[in-house]
Amino acid sequence: MPVQDMEHIFQDKIDQEIRIEPKDWMPEKYRQTLIRQISQHAHSEIVGMLPEGNWITRAPSLKRKAILLAKVQDEAGHGLYLYSAAETMGISRDEMINQLHTGKAKYSSIFNYPTISWADIGAIGWLVDGAAIMNQVPLCRASYGPYARAMVRICKEESFHQRQGFEILLVLSKGTAAQRRMCQDAINRWWWPSIMMFGPNDDASPHTAQSMKWKIKRFTNDELRQKFVDVCTEQVKILGMTLPDPDLKWNEQRGHYDFGAIDWDEFWNVVNGNGPCNRERLAARVKAHEDGAWVREAAVAHARKRQEREKRVA
Amino acid sequence: MNQEWPLWEVFIRSKQGLDHKHVGSLHAADARMAIENARDVYTRRQEGVSIWVVESRYMHASNPDEAPSFYDPMNDKVYRHPTFYDLPDELKHM
Repeated sequence: MPVQDMEHIFQDKIDQEIRIEPKDWMPEKYRQTLIRQISQHAHSEIVGMLPEGNWITRAPSLKRKAILLAKVQDEAGHGLYLYSAAETMGISRDEMINQLHTGKAKYSSIFNYPTISWADIGAIGWLVDGAAIMNQVPLCRASYGPYARAMVRICKEESFHQRQGFEILLVLSKGTAAQRRMCQDAINRWWWPSIMMFGPNDDASPHTAQSMKWKIKRFTNDELRQKFVDVCTEQVKILGMTLPDPDLKWNEQRGHYDFGAIDWDEFWNVVNGNGPCNRERLAARVKAHEDGAWVREAAVAHARKRQEREKRVA
Repeated sequence: MNQEWPLWEVFIRSKQGLDHKHVGSLHAADARMAIENARDVYTRRQEGVSIWVVESRYMHASNPDEAPSFYDPMNDKVYRHPTFYDLPDELKHM
């Protein structure tokens, strides 16, 4: 069958909301787009463990320590779900890890910012995970079956992440003057990077149209960002805090909040490797991988030894 | 000499987008025959759009007798659930 016909049948399935599964024919570009998106998402989960891991030993109570540990464990798990989903498209785990470590593959820029106070853990849960959830809920209906199914599992688990973050901030917001200052300071630092997480404006996002046609994406970057701004502007009132944007104002006509201009120079600067922690994050990943080499080798040696023992018994 | 065909475990995807689900097992001489037999045994009423077969000897399972100790680490971690967190009712969209 000519490729044009195959592409036609493929698009027809997508239009009818029939999911694409690993053995189905798919355009090479669809495969490449998804490998890039899913692996980038997986890398983000893995690198995302680092800023929070920074606070596990210093969380203010045993309860907060256990919660944070559970959250970071979830992120490791989410990375694994996503790496396996990407592997169904024919890329190997080693290839993906290698792309991350050589800088060929990106991860979400948000994780290149430092976590300098305990309130940052609250702000990450509320804002960073909040933005991630806003992005991820529509992905549960993505056209590629294994990706969509991984996202369903992730979204279900992610809900506690955001709630624990908001709760941390809520406690701080009812605390001493110093705690309230710390809370506001964290919100000030995380707000703009969080709304940058939705990616460039629609007119600067050339791949959006194709991704929407393929139903990998269901909403544009700006649509999701607007939804997030609307929700957070209401939620921040409960904390008695403010969002650091003097232009934030309800627009009766649009039925949405207007918000100030995003500093895209900062965004691209961080994407291109010059954020506050880019080098540190990547170095930590590479070190963890290299330091773990002996464990991987030992596991293989142990499995081989066991196999031989069983063979001797039989 | 034992000439019995090996046992295969059969998994069926009922619809694109859903997981393959274990439906049962059958005997067949090789994978190809197992898939055809699975079609005849398990999808006579169009129950599936895709079939996986795995020879049963390659399936490894956890031991139900060990379940209490095996799953013990998850028993006391209520904070993994969203309901653990006490947040005001006026908080929406979370």
